[in-house]
Amino acid sequence: MATGVFSSSRAKIKERTLRTDRWWLQPAITFTVLFSFVIYATFRAFENKYYFAEPLISPFYSPCLTTACIEGSSLLGQPFNNKYFGIGISPALFILIFPLGFRMTCYYYRKAYYRSFWFSPPACAVAEPHEKYTGETRAPLIIQNAHRWFFYAGLVFNVILTYDAILALRNPEKQWGHLSVGTLVLLFSASMLWMYSLSCHTCRHTIGGRLKHFSKHPIRYKAWTWVSILNHKHPTFAWISLFAVAFADIYVRQVASGAWTNFYLF
Amino acid sequence: MSRKLKLRIWRGDATDGGLKNVEVEVNEGEVVLDVIHRVQATQMGDLAVRWNCKAGKCGSCSMEINGKPRLACMTQVASFPEDEEITITPLRAFPVIKDLVTDVSFNYKKAMEIPSYEHPAELKPGEARMAQVDVERSQEFRKCIECFLCQDVCHVVRDHEENKKSFAGPRFFIRIAELDMHPLDRLKNRKQKAQEEHGLGMCNITKCCTEVCPEHIRITDNAIIPMKERVVDVKYDPVRWLGAKIRKREGIV
Repeated sequence: MATGVFSSSRAKIKERTLRTDRWWLQPAITFTVLFSFVIYATFRAFENKYYFAEPLISPFYSPCLTTACIEGSSLLGQPFNNKYFGIGISPALFILIFPLGFRMTCYYYRKAYYRSFWFSPPACAVAEPHEKYTGETRAPLIIQNAHRWFFYAGLVFNVILTYDAILALRNPEKQWGHLSVGTLVLLFSASMLWMYSLSCHTCRHTIGGRLKHFSKHPIRYKAWTWVSILNHKHPTFAWISLFAVAFADIYVRQVASGAWTNFYLF
Repeated sequence: MSRKLKLRIWRGDATDGGLKNVEVEVNEGEVVLDVIHRVQATQMGDLAVRWNCKAGKCGSCSMEINGKPRLACMTQVASFPEDEEITITPLRAFPVIKDLVTDVSFNYKKAMEIPSYEHPAELKPGEARMAQVDVERSQEFRKCIECFLCQDVCHVVRDHEENKKSFAGPRFFIRIAELDMHPLDRLKNRKQKAQEEHGLGMCNITKCCTEVCPEHIRITDNAIIPMKERVVDVKYDPVRWLGAKIRKREGIV
């Protein structure tokens, strides 16, 4: 039976949409970029090499937690084996679930991929192709409510990646007081991840949004106003941080494989 | 300076209807509602259209112009290319009554289902006080003119008629948020009701409601997502749930 805009009581219009603008362009671009990132990230997660070139470590592999990690890359030790049931497991696979989960449950990315991957809806006032819709009320999408746990985990990763960037203020001989292009790449990536996390809707809620009385909590209210300003730019930070992390990984990969030389400014 | 404008206007009722071509004069500075009135006055005397203030404040002239939900009185004809034909249809999420007029009573039924503000029993009339920062938060939501464009564009009901019984829609999520953020509101379980009775969990935050709001209310960022986070506090966050149980309070003060 017809439903939605084709329901019997609604105006009889056969087109799914009468929009005349290029409404398909934005979801198409989003799909292309996100899908490309997924392909690249999957390739890198399984590649299991070229992730460390003293003092640079790829954000995809930090912290490196398995016994197969290259010497010097394991900031937090090596609590996991590199093989389970005889199958070699890349160190990236132990950690990527956290940043991946953070982005997958992010309120901005949800909009982006619901539109571009699931067409639910593909664009505003463009009828979606699905016959049924239950939103985020049941499994698996009810897991979106776990966003705050991934946000907390993301903060831990931000601290680790910031520490990685600080460690990159050394030269390959581990002497402090040096600055390379790689250092700047890691610093930019870590700062953009902080901006992405701090502008997050869950951060805004945690810092003060959950209050009923702003007037009783002036410091949290002030912090909420600052996070609210950042929150306006959350989609921008989401994209910039995604590109920054991907570029940091590409840079480290190229340096570690010998394709590029990490140029030292001093 | 005037020119001729090509229009396609949906004419019909619940039983049948279609787009009718019409050509009409348009003058500089006119909005789509002006043009519709001219069509009504010169060519289609029985064209049904709902309107009132012509100033973007009554929310009556909601319709879809080139497929986008808009207020006809706030849509400049000049915002479209001169050679473009403009297509005007009624709101496609609601039952059509005649021509451009739809039955929006769904929204009034939903409005009645939202539990109203519950005043603290200990405060006598005249004793209630609110700080400006607390007032400001809900003032954004009070700008709503009830044009129901957000309700029309929301795919949860626009594309799924069957969801209407269990989904209040963005206009009423801002009402719920306004009340839940009210420092003096004493109603218990507003968050749970939002999720379980008003269908907050059905929203997948694709932000179309925010995109079409003529009052530029940040419906998703300031009402729906904060409410989703408040629901997580009481339903999906074991740490906060336990804390609330120990301290014997439902929400956060």
